[in-house]
Parts: sequence; structure tokens; C-alpha cells
Amino acid sequence: MGHPRLLVELSDEFMKGIYTWSAILAIVFASVVGDVLLARAMKQVGDVGALWRRAGLGTVIGRTLGNPNFLLGVMAMAVAFFSLLFALSWGDVSLVAPAAASLTFIGNAVAARIFLHERVDRRRWIAASLVAAGVALLAG
Amino acid sequence: MNFRKYLVLAGVTVFAAAGDSMLSHGMKQIGSISLNHLQGVILAVLNPWVAIGILLLLAFFATYMTALSWADLTYVLPATSLGYVLLALVARFLLHEHVSPLRWLGIVLITGGVGFIAGGPELTTHPHVEPAETAHEPRVAAAPTPLLAKDARNGAPTAAGGVER
Repeated sequence: MGHPRLLVELSDEFMKGIYTWSAILAIVFASVVGDVLLARAMKQVGDVGALWRRAGLGTVIGRTLGNPNFLLGVMAMAVAFFSLLFALSWGDVSLVAPAAASLTFIGNAVAARIFLHERVDRRRWIAASLVAAGVALLAG
Repeated sequence: MNFRKYLVLAGVTVFAAAGDSMLSHGMKQIGSISLNHLQGVILAVLNPWVAIGILLLLAFFATYMTALSWADLTYVLPATSLGYVLLALVARFLLHEHVSPLRWLGIVLITGGVGFIAGGPELTTHPHVEPAETAHEPRVAAAPTPLLAKDARNGAPTAAGGVER
């Protein structure tokens, strides 16, 4: 009598894991796309603090909201956000949030180098490896 | 990097961690959302914890955008990952979730990674590439002064091999 129930519980846990990790991967992909677009947009807007002092908050907001990269980035972030809501309803916050955002960090290190031409030097790769190891332990 | 910029980075860290925790707490109250009832995601916003979480994440977004306007993505993101140290403390002491020794070790590694980034320059986009690249882009014509001033400022630390200012 105990065996069928055990199997049902196991498959429930398994499916929950599949759902959680699918949601995490969706978060990572959407976040990387969003982060790269937003970083590019804000570099085009320029130093927000300096722009605010020189031209006022309205100019900062107007120039940011009028940037196409910003709007596309926000859309990608919205996709990431709803994926996060799903993931959080299925898994623990201390697994979902670090796993998703730190995997996003690794994807971003690669994407920032390719698409934003940031100089990802040895210091930053070491940091990426440390965070990657940290993520593996957090997920384990 | 002046004090105000560190304050912005601290804001990114705290708002992200606090927002995620509020969301988690709210979503646990709501329970699992079925794929057959997607409107549950929309209704989740009515939960006060989820609503506060969203407000905090908006604050996170504002500080994050500010940081990205003067620093590399690969600089800001690791700085924000310090939030997971905060998050673990919140998960353990406020949400009473179990945080195993291995997870604590993971948190220590993430913190170490952040330490590596923190000592370096916050902006590394090539000064030699940017002028050639921007010369073909119309946006320079729209705002020449801030972009050129920024390029000149950023050129200095890179040319000096990333020496601390």
C-alpha cells in the first residue's frame, strides 16, 4: 500500500523540480537579454547624477523612457519577473533567487564582453568562477 | 568612485534582497500557481507582501539604472550579488527557511567574488573603440558634451592600467 503513495510523492517532487528549474532558466535568459539592453540604454543616457544636476530629473526620466533599448530591456525584465513569481511559488527563495540571478551574472559576463565590449579581465573572470562555485553550492 | 556611488550600490543590494524576500513570503501565502490558472499570477499582486515586494523592486530598479549609467554591467552585477548574503540571513531568520552549511559556503564564495570586483575600476569600455564607434552614431550629435566629457574621464584610469583613483 505504501509503494504507490511513495511513487506519487517522488514524481510530485520531481515535477516540482522540473518546473522550478525551467522557470529559473527562463529567468536567466530573459534577464541577460534585459540587462544587456538596459546597460546599453543607460550608457547612451549618460551619468544620471551629472545629468540630473545639469538638466533636472525630468530630463533624466524623459531621456531614459524615450530610449528604445530601455523599453525593450524593460519588456525582457517583465518576462523575467513573471518567471520569478512562478519559480518562487514552486521553490525556496534561498534556492531560486541566488541560482537565477547568479547564473544570470555568468551569462552577463559573456554577453557584456560580446555585446557591450566591456573588458572582462582576469580579476572579473576569477570573480565569475567564485560566484559560479557559490551558485553550485547554493543549488546543491 | 565617491561615497554617493557606493550608496547607490548599497541601495541596489538592499532593495533587491528585501524585495525578493517580501515576494517570496507573499507567494508562499498564496501557494503554488497552476499552469491552468494563469490569472493567479495577476491576482498575486493583491497580496500586500507581494505589493510591498514590487515597490521595493521598483526602488531597486531605479538605483540599478543609476549605477548602470556610470559603471560596467560586469561591475554592478557582482556588487548586487552581495544581496544573496543578505537574502540568506533574511531567509534564515525572518522566513525560517533552512540554510545548510554548504549554502553558507556558497554565500562565502559569492562574497569573495564580489571582493575581487570591488578593488578594480568600475568602467572598462575601451576609450580607443568608443570614439570610432560613436562617430557613426547619430546620438552623439544629440548630446555631444556629456558623452565626450565621459570618454575623457574614463580614458584616464584605463590608460594608467586601472590604477586606483
